[in-house]
Amino acid sequence: MLKGMFSRPENMKMFWREFMRQCVDIGIGSLGIVFIISLFMGGVTTLQIAYQLVSPLIPKATIAQVVRDTIILEFAPTLTCIVLAGVVGSKIASELGNMRVSEQIDAQEIMGINTKGYLIRPKILAAIIMIPCLICISGFLGIWGGQKAGELGGILSADQYWQGLRQDFRAYNIFFALFKSFVFAFIIASVPSYYGYNVQGGALEIGKASTSAVVVTCVLILFMDYLLAALLL
Amino acid sequence: MIELVNIKKGFGDKIILPDVSAVMETGKVNLIIGTSGSGKTVMMKCMVGLMPIDAGKVLYDGKDFTGMNDHEKKEIRQQIGMLFQGSALFDSMTVEQNVMFPLDMFGKGTLREKKTRVMECLERVNLKEAAKKYPAEISGGMKKRVGIARAIVLNPKYLFCDEPNSGLDPQTSLLIDKLIKELTLEYNITTVINTHDMNTVMESGDHIVYMYQGRKQWEGSNKDIIFSKDEKLNDFIFASEFLRDAKEMRQMEMFQDQNWRNQIKKD
Repeated sequence: MLKGMFSRPENMKMFWREFMRQCVDIGIGSLGIVFIISLFMGGVTTLQIAYQLVSPLIPKATIAQVVRDTIILEFAPTLTCIVLAGVVGSKIASELGNMRVSEQIDAQEIMGINTKGYLIRPKILAAIIMIPCLICISGFLGIWGGQKAGELGGILSADQYWQGLRQDFRAYNIFFALFKSFVFAFIIASVPSYYGYNVQGGALEIGKASTSAVVVTCVLILFMDYLLAALLL
Repeated sequence: MIELVNIKKGFGDKIILPDVSAVMETGKVNLIIGTSGSGKTVMMKCMVGLMPIDAGKVLYDGKDFTGMNDHEKKEIRQQIGMLFQGSALFDSMTVEQNVMFPLDMFGKGTLREKKTRVMECLERVNLKEAAKKYPAEISGGMKKRVGIARAIVLNPKYLFCDEPNSGLDPQTSLLIDKLIKELTLEYNITTVINTHDMNTVMESGDHIVYMYQGRKQWEGSNKDIIFSKDEKLNDFIFASEFLRDAKEMRQMEMFQDQNWRNQIKKD
């Protein structure tokens, strides 16, 4: 499937239009859910770390430090991508599956369009560009949510939180998170595209393909999460 | 003209088309008819290249389509228009955008010229008023007509229609048949229709290929079909008692007409 994607687009303007449409669908379309899960993710992380750090010898700022690293290294890239695998992945699989079943893909093939290049490539490119952006937003929102939860729960003040955020900051963690997000973005767009593009049958098969696509995408994300952590950390 | 030369197609051990040869003539409505499972859809998909054939050749005006590289195939495909059984309109686009799509992709010219061409095609299928509607907002017959407009927008040399009348009422079916026939004559297109609609056979069948169990069983025109002695074809075409009676009446009429003409000649 990937091999068939790399040919010159029949019409660059149409390709660009489709690419921008996918950017809006994947990026802007997922902003709401990313916003919600990131805020709560940060808040819950702060509360749970505060619950576990009971020793009076550990400064309160350490909570923020742990929240920061947990969110940057794991929660923002992995948890967000698992949610995006459901949101974006099922949409891609069902959209392509419906196009396949209703012969829309055949119609484009007959016109002489390379459908893999026109339908799948923009999705993968848009995911590779937009998902890392969403991960960055998720990271910021998660950390901000953590601060607000700490303040609201009377666990630590904003000053203590910011002091903790600055302690032992390693820029490599950001690189690691972004690298993971690029890999996960590719998986989120390519696996459902494969399942959707190759659907055969009717509505029932579209549903099955969509479910399989999400399950396989999630498993692959978790597997790659482990592999990248083992290799890069 | 499209020629099929000894094409073979199978899926695993199951052979669908053992060895089929046929010629689809230019400026005529060529019909592929047959019972369900007789291989007519596979044959059409092989002709347009949606399914690769196992052996044989498909020639478009003498050029071997099967032996072409992707670039050459693309050039031929840009001369093909196809109407799908379910219309295959793009759900996210309006009727106008659907018809505009091939022009946007391959057509040259300004936006105004493209819009004019789209409106010409929509007017040709009497759907100008539905230009801004989405496929979900129009009827099955209208969808078919939009499909035809999209198929002809690039002035194709070859038009393929996969069961254009399926799911339509008899009146709308006749309209679609008439439209395809008119377009075939108007633009001198090689039209190939895959159908088992008897109205289409009788109204539009300039050249008919009857498929039976993956083989070409009979070939002729809608005039010949009345007098055909082929048992399998007769079982398929005149399946009901009503149609058998209609056939006998039509034969009688044609016989009387011939006698009348002979009498005039003698006089």
